[in-house]
Amino acid sequence: MGTDIAKLLQKKQKRILENWMTTQLSNISLREDLMSNDELREQSAEFLDTLLKVLTEKNLGNVESSDFEPVHELLAGISLSRAKQGFTPAETGVYIFSLKEALLTSLQTDIKEDPAFLLDAVIRISRLMDYLCITAFETFIKGREEVILRQTDEIAEISTPVIRVWDGILALPIIGTLDSARTQVVMESLLQEIVASSSTIAILDISGVAAVDSLVAQHLIKTVAATRLMGAECIISGIRPEIAQTVVHLGIDLSNIITKATLASALKQAFTMLKLNVKKVETIKSGI
Amino acid sequence: MKIVLNKDRMLIEREQDVILFRNRVKEYAVKIGMSLVNQTKLITAASELVRNMLKYANGGMVLIEVLSQGRDSGIRLVFTDKGPGIKDIALAMKDGYSTGKSLGIGLPGTKRLVNEFDIKSTVGEGTTVSIIKWKNG
Ligand SMILES: Nc1ncnc2c1ncn2[C@@H]1O[C@H](COP(=O)(O)OP(=O)(O)OP(=O)(O)O)[C@@H](O)[C@H]1O
Ligand SMILES: [Mg+2]
Repeated sequence: MGTDIAKLLQKKQKRILENWMTTQLSNISLREDLMSNDELREQSAEFLDTLLKVLTEKNLGNVESSDFEPVHELLAGISLSRAKQGFTPAETGVYIFSLKEALLTSLQTDIKEDPAFLLDAVIRISRLMDYLCITAFETFIKGREEVILRQTDEIAEISTPVIRVWDGILALPIIGTLDSARTQVVMESLLQEIVASSSTIAILDISGVAAVDSLVAQHLIKTVAATRLMGAECIISGIRPEIAQTVVHLGIDLSNIITKATLASALKQAFTMLKLNVKKVETIKSGI
Repeated sequence: MKIVLNKDRMLIEREQDVILFRNRVKEYAVKIGMSLVNQTKLITAASELVRNMLKYANGGMVLIEVLSQGRDSGIRLVFTDKGPGIKDIALAMKDGYSTGKSLGIGLPGTKRLVNEFDIKSTVGEGTTVSIIKWKNG
């Protein structure tokens, strides 16, 4: 049988694109809000063109052939940008699967008389399209992961507020964990704020930290040391009983650091250090 | 006799996995009703070992097991990596010994935080650390 599947498809490129577009545009998951129909058509035409250009009778049987690299590259780009734009996996799936359908329909029309050859062609095209689909999903997930990582960075930045609790006293609640990246952010904003507010005491509250392991402890010790270099004193508050016991067993020495159980007691300590006296005002009962 | 009630595996490849892993361990600890102090000790120990695995061996695999022994139940964590291994385990277990310019309390501290601690290492092949924390231990 001398028919070349690749050539058959190349000849019908226009019709395949039309079919593919019709399926995509009529699908309920069409996202006109995320991508205009013109854009979608342009993207689809370019993808189909790239695919059919590299397709030969020979590489059709070998989905891993390096000939398909430009196709995978283009698809990865499409999938990645879709992930970032907020397309769902199903919507991206429809994109590839409806192309597969258009290709298969085209073969079905062209190879009517030879069922055995048609079957062979269908299997080979399916295999190729499924393989492309895997690429699409792998990169889709990578795209989503990038979004998540970026959000993590953003959260780390917005969740380290430095609060001026009193004239000369800063408080910094730490929530979550204190990994290296986080410590960098915490330390920078703390030191900056010490200068900006000319504070002499900083309270680091760790009530929201799940566990103090050696890494977190080391980061705390470094932050305290840096604060002292700036001429300010650092108090660590919010050490829960279970954290205190764990820190002792682990063998971390925090004896050089002023530590308090609660933020309130740290604030009291700060007042003492600043020689401030906060008192309740006695109200004189006026009884006429 | 220790009976394994549940097995779970987790691949550790990067820093972000540390929190996911710790949360998973915490879930199991809560499920068997471990006290808050023991939970915190277990999670801190787990944190040390998983960080060593990332820092010195570029990651590895952790097996999480729920154990039952008599009336007590507990959690076993087995950390396996294919890193460079440790030449002198006795030295590595000393407080303050670190090749990573760190505090050097990860391994000895972990041993103090758990009920059972076992470390095996072959240079050039990797390291396996196994710990058990009992619910009421
Ligand atoms: N999984 C591992 N593979 C290879 N070497 C390891 C591994 N875990 C620990 N080591 C070696 O053992 C030493 C001691 O480990 P330990 O966790 O006690 O201290 P550290 O990691 O150096 O410091 P810390 O944990 O206090 O931050 C390490 O410096 C390292 O040389
Ligand atoms: Mg360590």
